[in-house]
Amino acid sequence: MADVAFQQNRIARATSTRRGSSLRYALKRKSTAAFLMTLPLILLIAILVVYPAFYSLHLATLNKSMQKFVGLGNFQFLFRRETFWLVVKQSCIFAITAVIFKALIGFIVAHFVHNIPAKGQRKWRGMLLVPWVIPPAMSTLAWLWLFDPSYSAFNYTLSLFGIGPIPWLGEAGWARFSVILVNIWYGAPFFMIMYLAALKSVPDQLYEAAAIDGANWWQRIWYVTLPMMRNIIAITTLFSLIVTFANFDIVRILTNGGPLDRTHLFATWAFRVGIEGSDIPLGASVSLFMFPILAIAAIFILRDISKRGNEA
Amino acid sequence: MSTLAIDKSGPTRKVKYGSMRRSRAWALRWSYFFLIVFAIFSLTPPFYMLITSLKSSAEISAATNPWWVFHPTLSNYIELLGSNQYIRFFLNSAMVSVVVVIITMLISIPAAFALARMKFWGSAMLATGVFLTYLIPDSLLFLPLFKMFSFFSDWTGIPLVNHWYVLLLVYPTLTVPFCTWIMIGYFASIPKELDEAAIIDGASWLQTLTRIFIPVALPGLIAATIFAFTVSWAQFLYPLVFTTSTDQLVLPVGIVTTLIKGDVFNWGQIMTGALLGAAPPLIIYAFLMDYYIAGLTAGATKG
Repeated sequence: MADVAFQQNRIARATSTRRGSSLRYALKRKSTAAFLMTLPLILLIAILVVYPAFYSLHLATLNKSMQKFVGLGNFQFLFRRETFWLVVKQSCIFAITAVIFKALIGFIVAHFVHNIPAKGQRKWRGMLLVPWVIPPAMSTLAWLWLFDPSYSAFNYTLSLFGIGPIPWLGEAGWARFSVILVNIWYGAPFFMIMYLAALKSVPDQLYEAAAIDGANWWQRIWYVTLPMMRNIIAITTLFSLIVTFANFDIVRILTNGGPLDRTHLFATWAFRVGIEGSDIPLGASVSLFMFPILAIAAIFILRDISKRGNEA
Repeated sequence: MSTLAIDKSGPTRKVKYGSMRRSRAWALRWSYFFLIVFAIFSLTPPFYMLITSLKSSAEISAATNPWWVFHPTLSNYIELLGSNQYIRFFLNSAMVSVVVVIITMLISIPAAFALARMKFWGSAMLATGVFLTYLIPDSLLFLPLFKMFSFFSDWTGIPLVNHWYVLLLVYPTLTVPFCTWIMIGYFASIPKELDEAAIIDGASWLQTLTRIFIPVALPGLIAATIFAFTVSWAQFLYPLVFTTSTDQLVLPVGIVTTLIKGDVFNWGQIMTGALLGAAPPLIIYAFLMDYYIAGLTAGATKG
C-alpha cells in the first residue's frame, strides 16, 4: 500500500517536472511553430490570390499590347460600348433571378423533405442533391442536348401537346430563360441542403408552443421558422449571389454568349475579350466589375463573423 | 332547440379530430407529390445522359421517342474507353485531382491547427482573411494569373501555360481556403483538455497534431478531402484558359473541346464521356454522402 502510494507520488513528481520543462519549451517555440505551419497558406494566398487581384487592377490600366499606361482609358472605352451595358444588365438579371428562385425552391423542397417521415428523408435528400454533385460542365452538356433545336427531347415532348418548337437557345429571351433554368437546377439542391440542416436545428418546442397558441402553418413558418433560420438564409444567399454572379461554365457551354451577345455574363465576356480576343487588359477591366458585389458581400459576412465572435 | 345543439356538437368534435389527422395525411401526400416532381426535375438530365449514351448514332437521329432507348448498345462506351485521347483526359484529371488533394491537405491541416490552437499575433485576422479569399471567384483571377504565368515562363524559362502541372498551382487557390476554414471549425470543437494532456505527456506540437487532432477530426478531414477532390475534378475555367494541347487537357475541357467538332455533335459519345466524367464524384457521393453533406453545410454552420 505504502509502496504504491510512494510510486504514485514519484510518478506525479516526475511528470510535473517534465510538464514544466516541456510546456516552457513549447511556449518558447509556439509562435515560431505556428508561423511555420501557416507559412505555406500565407504564401499561397499572397502569391496566387492577393497579388493577382491587385495585378488585375494594374492590368486594367494598360493598353492592348500592355506597353502603355492608359489610365482609365479601358473603362471609358467600355462605358461607350453597348455590349458592355448589355453584359451588366444580363449579369444582374441572371444572378438575381437565379438566386431568388434557387432560394425559394430550396426552401420549399427542404420543407417537404422535412415533412415526410424521418426514415425516407435520407433517400430523398440523396436523390435531390444529385444535380449539385455532377460537375457543372458535364451536366450542362446534357442540358445542351435536351435543348438541341432539331432533336430536342423537350420540343418532342411539347409537340405531343401540340406546342410548337421552342428555340430554347436560339432566341434572346428563351436563351436567357434556359441559362437561368440550368443554373437553378444546379444550385437549388445546395440551398435545399443548407435549409434542411437549419430546419433540423429549430427546436420542436417552438412549434408545439406555436400550435398551442393556435398558429396556422403559414404563421408557424413566418414567426418561427424564418426568424430561426435568418442567419443561414442570409449567408447562403450571399454565397450563392457571389458564385452565380461569377458563373462561367453554364453560359460558356450552353450559348457561348449568343445569340448576339444576349446571354453574356461578366465572366464569359471577360474570357471572350481577354483570352479569345487576346486583349487581356480590357478583359481584366471587365472582370473587375465583379468586385463591387464581392466587396458588399464581404462586408456583410465580416459583420456576421464578428457578431458570432462576440456571442461566443 | 337543445337536441339540435347536441346533434351539432357531437359530430363537430369528431370531425375536428378526424380533420387534424386527415389534413396531416393530405400534407404528407402533397409533400410526396411535390418531392416526386422535384426529383424528376433533378434527375432528368442525368437520366437523359444515360439513355443517350446507350443509343447508336442512327437511333439518335431517328424520329423515335427520345426518352427511351429501343436498341441499347454499348458501342459508345467501347469506342470512348478504347480511345487513347479520352483515357489521357481521364488520367490527367485523376492525376491533377489526387495531387491537388494531397497539396491541399499538406497546406491546410497544419495551418488550421495553428489557427485553431496557437493564438499568435494576427491569427484571428488571418482566419478571417482565409475565409474571404474563398469568396474571390476564379473568373476574377484567371486573366492576371494567365499573364503572371507567361511572365514567369519568360523570366525563368520554365514553361507553365499549356502544361497540366500549371493546374497544380492554381487549383489549391480554390480548395485550400475552404478546407482550412472547415478544418479550423473541426479542430476548434476538440476539447482543450485533450491536447493539454498530450503536452503534459511530453508530446511536441507535431505529435499533438498527428496523434490527437487528425484522428479525432477524421470526419472533418474526409469531408475536406471530398470537397477538394470534387472541386478539382469539376473545375472548368482554369484548364480552359491554361491548357490547350490535347494531351494536356483534363476531362471537362477535353470533352467540350474535342468531342464537339465544329457544328457536328456526336451526341452519343458526348453523353457517354460526360457520364463517365461525372461518375467519380457520383460514386464518392453515393458511398460517403454523410461526409459530403457535412462538408457542404460546414461552411455556413460552423466557425
